[in-house]
Amino acid sequence: MQKFSALSLARQAIGGHLGWKPQWRSVAPKPAYDIVIVGGGGHGLGTAYYLARQHGLRNIAVIERGWLAGGNTARNTTIIRSNYLFDESSSYYEHSLKLWENLSQELNYNVMFSQRGCLMVAHTVHDVQSFKRHVHANRLNGIDNEWLTAEEAKEFCPPLNISPNIRYPVLGASLQRRAGTARHDAVAWGFARAASDLGVDIIENCEVTGIMRAPTGEVTGINTTRGDIRTGKIGVSVAGHSSVVLGMAGIRLPLQSNPLQALVSEPVKPAFPTIVMSNTIHAYISQSDKGEMVIGAGTDSYVSYTQRGGLHIPAHTLEAICELFPMFRRLRMLRSWGGITDNTPDRSPITAKTSIPGLYVNCGWGTGGFKATPGAANLFAWTIARNEPHPINAPFTIERFRDGVMIDEAAAAAVAH
Amino acid sequence: MTKQYRIPGRGRVNTARRVTFTFDGREFQGYEGDTLASALLANGQHLMGRSFKYHRPRGVVSAGSDEPNALVAVGSGPALQTPNLRATQVEIHDGLVAISQNRFPCLKFDLGAVNTLAAPLLPAGFYYKTFMWPRSFWDKVYEPIIRASAGLGVAPTAPDPDQYAFRYEHCDVLVVGAGPAGLAAALAAGRAGARVIVADETAEAGGWLLSDTTSRIDGKTGAAWAREVVDELNAMPNVRLLTRCTAFNYGPHNMVALNERLTDHLAHPAVGQPKERLWQVRAKEVVLAAGALERPLVFDGNDRPGVMLATAARTYLNRYGVACGRRAIVVTADDAAYRVALDLKDAGVTVAAIADLRPAPDGALVAAAIRAGITVLPNTTIQRAHGLNRVCSVELAQLLPDGSVGKGHQWRADLVLMSGGFTPSVHMFSQSRGKLVFDEELGVYVPGQSAERERSAGACRGVYRLDRVLEDGARAGAEAAAATGFDGSAPQWQTGDLDEPGRGGFAGALPRRGKGLRAMAFVDYQNDVTAKDVKLAVREGFRSIEHIKRYTTTGMATDQGKSSNVNALGIASEALGRPVEKVGLTTFRPPFTPVTFGAFAGHAREFLFDPVRRTAADGWARDRGAVFEDVGLWQRARYFPINGEDMEAAVRRECLATRSAVGIFDASTLGKIEVVGPDAATFMNRMYVNGWTKLAVGRCRYGLLCRENGFVYDDGVVGRVAADRFHVTTTTGGAAGVLNMMEDYLQTEWPDLDVWLTSTSEEWSVIAVQGPLARKVLAPLVDGLDISAEALPHMSMAEGSICGVPMRLFRVSFTGELGFEVNVPSRHGRRIWDAIWAAGEPHGMTPYGTETMHVLRAEKGYIVVGQETDGTATPDDVGCGWAVSKVKKDFVGKRSLALPALKAPDRLQLVGLLTLDPSEVLEEGTQLVARPDEAVPMHKLGHVTSSYFSATLGHSIALAMVAGGRARMGETLYVPVEGRSIPVKVTNPVFYDVEGARLNV
Ligand SMILES: Cc1cc2nc3c(=O)[nH]c(=O)nc-3n(C[C@H](O)[C@H](O)[C@H](O)COP(=O)(O)OP(=O)(O)OC[C@H]3O[C@@H](n4cnc5c(N)ncnc54)[C@H](O)[C@@H]3O)c2cc1C
Repeated sequence: MQKFSALSLARQAIGGHLGWKPQWRSVAPKPAYDIVIVGGGGHGLGTAYYLARQHGLRNIAVIERGWLAGGNTARNTTIIRSNYLFDESSSYYEHSLKLWENLSQELNYNVMFSQRGCLMVAHTVHDVQSFKRHVHANRLNGIDNEWLTAEEAKEFCPPLNISPNIRYPVLGASLQRRAGTARHDAVAWGFARAASDLGVDIIENCEVTGIMRAPTGEVTGINTTRGDIRTGKIGVSVAGHSSVVLGMAGIRLPLQSNPLQALVSEPVKPAFPTIVMSNTIHAYISQSDKGEMVIGAGTDSYVSYTQRGGLHIPAHTLEAICELFPMFRRLRMLRSWGGITDNTPDRSPITAKTSIPGLYVNCGWGTGGFKATPGAANLFAWTIARNEPHPINAPFTIERFRDGVMIDEAAAAAVAH
Repeated sequence: MTKQYRIPGRGRVNTARRVTFTFDGREFQGYEGDTLASALLANGQHLMGRSFKYHRPRGVVSAGSDEPNALVAVGSGPALQTPNLRATQVEIHDGLVAISQNRFPCLKFDLGAVNTLAAPLLPAGFYYKTFMWPRSFWDKVYEPIIRASAGLGVAPTAPDPDQYAFRYEHCDVLVVGAGPAGLAAALAAGRAGARVIVADETAEAGGWLLSDTTSRIDGKTGAAWAREVVDELNAMPNVRLLTRCTAFNYGPHNMVALNERLTDHLAHPAVGQPKERLWQVRAKEVVLAAGALERPLVFDGNDRPGVMLATAARTYLNRYGVACGRRAIVVTADDAAYRVALDLKDAGVTVAAIADLRPAPDGALVAAAIRAGITVLPNTTIQRAHGLNRVCSVELAQLLPDGSVGKGHQWRADLVLMSGGFTPSVHMFSQSRGKLVFDEELGVYVPGQSAERERSAGACRGVYRLDRVLEDGARAGAEAAAATGFDGSAPQWQTGDLDEPGRGGFAGALPRRGKGLRAMAFVDYQNDVTAKDVKLAVREGFRSIEHIKRYTTTGMATDQGKSSNVNALGIASEALGRPVEKVGLTTFRPPFTPVTFGAFAGHAREFLFDPVRRTAADGWARDRGAVFEDVGLWQRARYFPINGEDMEAAVRRECLATRSAVGIFDASTLGKIEVVGPDAATFMNRMYVNGWTKLAVGRCRYGLLCRENGFVYDDGVVGRVAADRFHVTTTTGGAAGVLNMMEDYLQTEWPDLDVWLTSTSEEWSVIAVQGPLARKVLAPLVDGLDISAEALPHMSMAEGSICGVPMRLFRVSFTGELGFEVNVPSRHGRRIWDAIWAAGEPHGMTPYGTETMHVLRAEKGYIVVGQETDGTATPDDVGCGWAVSKVKKDFVGKRSLALPALKAPDRLQLVGLLTLDPSEVLEEGTQLVARPDEAVPMHKLGHVTSSYFSATLGHSIALAMVAGGRARMGETLYVPVEGRSIPVKVTNPVFYDVEGARLNV
C-alpha cells in the first residue's frame, strides 16, 4: 500500500501526481471465497477489513451491486455519538466511538473525524426528564454526557436561539463532547483501500440475486449478476435492502424500509461550531469541513425503495432550523436527497447469526448506523470469524423480537399528562 | 468610467432610469433592468470573485443561473447580508450593496491566493492523505485551518426579519421556462382553455429571444414577438405567468415546487410584502422547456477574468447593451459563437480572430463571419490564456494531423469567448426520474422515456433551431392540454433569418502542447477542479462517475455542475478509455438552483411555528399569571404563582389547599374518544387490557392500553354512558395516536365490528374539582343532580346539567381526594369555569396546575404514562397487573405479555423511594445502584421517574423503576450523583392514604 503522508504528497507533487496507484483493486469475482460480504457500504467494507486484519482471514470478497459505498454511507449526515440510553446500546456505540478516535491513523486515511460535540436540545419538561436520564445513565457507564442549561448551551453554540418567545423554547440540552462528524466517503474508501491491501477482493457492479444452500441447510454460495460464487460464509450488510437479500434465503426480517432525507446549504465560512439535534421539533444540523450546513430531515412514513421523499419533510425540518437559528433563514438549500433506512421495531440494530448455518446479518441500523460503522464492522467480523457473537453484540439478535427482549431506544413515548 | 462599455442603441435596459449601487464599497451606476453582472461589466469590471480553494481571481462566465464564479454577498447589516448570490441573477436597484467574497484583505489582492502556489501539493483529495500526524493536531490545528479557508460567503449573524409566503396550487399544464418553446407551449395550452402556469427564473419572459436580435418571427424580432405572447397570456384568465420564479423540485406525481422571488429587485418593497413565495403545484401535465446551457472549454487559464461563454457575451450585448471587452478572441467548436462574433463586430468590438477547433467549419454563419472580414482559424486550439485579474492575451495553436498541438502564437485580447457547444438542461427531467439517453449526434444526454405525465420541448431536448423550437413547444403545449381534456390546435408562426446553432461541440479538456504539469485548466470553476484532478481520480481507482465527482468535488459547487458536468464526463471518459455513454451521469439532485431556507419555513415562525391549542379557561389562567408548559400542541397552566412565588412555593400552597379544602384544575386537554355502536364493548375488550363487558352503565373504569408488544401505550378513565357508548379518555399527548391506533385496528383487523370512533377532545371542557370540599362546591350548581356518595360513588358518572348547560359528570380522582370532573361543551367551558370558581371561592378554592397535579398523583403512587413508562414497561411493571383481564380471549398485547421475558421477576418494577434526608429531592432521571463504590461501568438497578417534595407529608418522595423492585421493599439503594451517592429506602409507591379512605367520602 502506498503510504499517505505530507511527505508522500510532496514527493508525488514533483512528478505531477502521476505515480499514485489505485486506492483499491476493483476485481472480477473468483469462483470461490471463504467468506463473502454482501454490500460494499462502510459496514461491509469495514467487516472485510477487520476479518483480514484481526482474524487473519484472507480469502474474502466484498460484493457491491453498484459503486462502492453509494448507499446510505454516501447519503448520511455523519453524526457520531455514543450517548444512548440502554447499557446494551451505549456499549455498542461507545465501542464504535473509540474506534473512530483512531481510525484515520489505523487506516492511514484521513476520515476527518471531528469531535465537535453534539448538543441535544430539550424543549419540554418531558424532554428534560428523558435527557437527564440519559446523562445519568451514561455517566455511570463511563460515557461522557452532560446537562447544560439553556444559557450554557448557547455559550457552547452561539447561534442557538434560546429566546423564551419561540413556540417551544429551549429548556436546556445534553452535550456529549466526544461526539462529532466524519467524512463519510473517506471512511468507506479508507476501509476499501486497507482491506484491498490485505488481499480482500472488492467487486463492484455485481448484484447478489440469490443465496445457494446445501440440502442440509447451510449456505454454499451466492448467485450474482456476474456469475455464481461458492462460499461457506455469507455476511449480509446491505442496509435498506436487508429484507430483500435475506428474503433470498427465506428469512423474514422484522424490518421496514423508509426514505430518510437530508440536505445541505451552500458553503459559508465557519458559523456553526457543533452538532445540534432537536428530536422534539425535528432538526439536526452541523457544518461540514467544506462549509455546508448539513441538515437531517425526517423519515417519510411510507415504505419505499425510491431514495426520495416528499418535499414537506425537508420543509418541516427547515422550519425547525429557522426557528432555532433564525440567522440561517437566508441561507439556501443547495442539495437534497434521500436514502432508504432499514428500521427495526425497537430502532436498535441486528448484528447476529441467522437460523441458517453460514449466514450472518448486520442490519437494522436505520437512521443512525453511520456512527456505528467501525464498531459494527468490527463486531460483525468477530461474529462471522468465530461463528458466535462478541459479548457486546450478543444482545442484538433477531430472536429478541420473538422473545420480547427489546433494546428500545425509540420507546420513550413522548407522552405526558 | 461609467458607460465606458455601454453600447448606445442596444439592450433592453431602461437608460432613462439610472441606478446607483455599490460593490466592495465603491459606487457604481447602471440602469434599471441591469443585473449586477451587466452593470459591473458596463463599468469594465470583470473581476467579481475568488475561487473556493486556490482563491484565483474570477470574472463572470455566464449570464444566467449557471454562473459558477461571480458569487457575491448582497445587502447590508448582520441580518440582511445574503451570501453566495450570483451577480448574473441579482437585479440592481438604487442603494443595492454588494460585496465580493472569500478574499482577504480585498478582491484585487487576496492573501489566500498563495494557495495557487501550493497547488501542486493540493490535488484532488489531498486532505485524505495528510493531516494525520501528529494525531492531536487534527482538532486544534489542521481542521480549524481547513475550515477557515473553506466556505464561500459569510452567513448572516442576526435573525432575518423578512417574511416568506407559501402557496399550494393545481393546474392542468405547468410550463417550466418561458423561452420560445415555453411561450409557444403556454400559448397552445392556454388558448385551448387549460389552466396553465408558466414559470421562468429570469425577470422577463422570452428566454433566448431577448438575446437574439437577428431571427424574425412573423416578421418581428424575437423580443417583440415574446412581448405580444406575454400580453396575450397575461390577458387569459386561465393562465398565470410567473417571472423570477424557478421550478426547482420535481416530486412524484407531478408535484413541482417553484420559488418566486418577490422583492429582491426592489429598492423599497412594500411593508409586509413577502420576500419570496414557495409554490407547490400539482400539475396534471408538465411541459419542460428549460433550454440549454453553453459549455465552457477546458484549457490552461480558462478562468482568467475576461474569459467567458460566447453566448453570454451576446446576452450582455443585446439584452443589457454591454460590450464585455474591446478586443475579443473567440474559441469555439460550434457555429453559434460566430453569430456572437458578428454581433460584437457590429457593435464596434474588435474580433481579433475566431479559433475553431473543427478542421473545416463550413456553416452559413462561418461564411458570414468570413464575409464580414473576421479572421477565422480552423483547426486551432487555445493553449493558454494569460493575465491575472484580467485576461490580456492568449496563445492560439494549430491542431496537427496526429492530434498533437503545434507551435502557438500570442494574440492580444481583453475578452476571450469560448463555446464548447450546448448541453440540454435536463435537470428537472432527471429529477422527475425520467430516463436520459445519449444522443450520438449531439454528443450529449437528452430526455428519453418520461416517468411522469411530462414532455420536454425545445433546447432542453436538443432541438435548437428557432422554427423547430416553436413548433416543438406549440405541439407539446397542445398535447399536454389535450391530455387534460382541452382540445386545441398548435399555433404556427412564420420565421425568418434563422441561425443554425447546435452544430458541433466539444466535451472534455482541449488538446495541449507539453505535459502541462503546472497548467491549470478548470473543469469546475467554483470548486477549483482541474482536468488533472479528474485524471488523478481515475488513476487512483475512482472509476465510477459518482466516485470521480465525490473524490474531486466536481459538480458539487453551488452551480451543481451546470457548466462542468459534461466536460468532466468527457475527461473521465478519455481517462477511463470508455465512451461517454458508458461512463454515465451523476444523479441530478434538487433543487435546480439554491433556494432560501426561509422560503421553506414560510410563516412557520415563533407562535405560528406550530398551532397553539388553548383550553376554554386559558384566558382565565393567563389573567391570573399562570406559568404555562407545552404538552404536545397544548399549552397548559403549570402553576399559579401569587406574590412572586417560585414554582416550589406555589406548588406547596396549591397541594396543601387541595388536600385540605378544594382545588380546581383544567383537565380539558385530556384526549376524549367516543366509542359507539352495538359492538362497542367488544371493541373495547379487544383494545384495552381490561374487561369491559361487566362495566355497568354509569360506571367508570381505569383503562390501560398496550401495543402489540405488550408495553403500556396509554391510559385513562373510561365511562360507560350507555350499553353501546363509551366515553374514553386518553393522555393529553396520546390522544391522536390512540385514535389512530383504534382506527387502524378497526379498519384493518376487525372491519366486522359495528363501531364508530369520534374524537371529542375539543368538544368537552373538563373542569376537575378536587378536595374534601368538592361536593359542597358542586352540589348547588348541578341542577338537581344527586351527587352524594351513595348516588354517585367513586368511579361513576352521570349525565345532567350544570347551570343549565348539559354535562357529563365523572366522579373520578387523580389526586386521591374526593373528586369530580365536570365535562361541558367547550363553548360553555369558560362560563361554567367561572361559575364553579365563584361557588368555590368562599370555600377556599385554589386553582392548581399540572405540577401540583403531578405531585398529588405521585403521593398516591399513580403513574404518568411517558414518565413512569417509557415504552418498555408492561402493565405489571408499573403495578397495574390487576387491570389486565385474565379471562379475555384476546386483546392487543396479550400474546406478548405471555412471553417469558415480559414476566421475568427481575424486570424494572414501580416502587417508591424515600431519602434519608427528608428535604433531599432526587433529580428525575438519576440512576439506582446497590454498590455506590463500584467503578464505572456501574451495575444499574433502575432509575428515578418522578420526584417531588411533598408538602402534605413534609418530606420528599420519589417513584422509581427498579429491577425486581417489589421484592426489595425496605432495602437501601444508592443514587450516585456528581461527587456523591444518596442513600434511599425502597418503599411502597403509595405514600398517602394507602387505604384510599379519602376517595370514598
Ligand atoms: C439521510 C440519512 C441521514 C443519516 N444520518 C445519519 C447520521 O447522522 N448518523 C448516523 O450514524 N447514521 C445516519 N444515517 C444512517 C446511516 O447512513 C446508515 O445506517 C449506515 O450508513 C449504513 O451503512 P451500511 O454500510 O450498512 O449501508 P450502505 O452504505 O447503504 O451499504 C449497503 C450496500 O449494499 C448494497 N447492496 C444492496 N443490495 C445488494 C445486493 N443484492 N447485492 C450487492 N450489494 C447490495 C448497496 O448498493 C449498498 O452500497 C443516515 C441515513 C440517511 C439515509
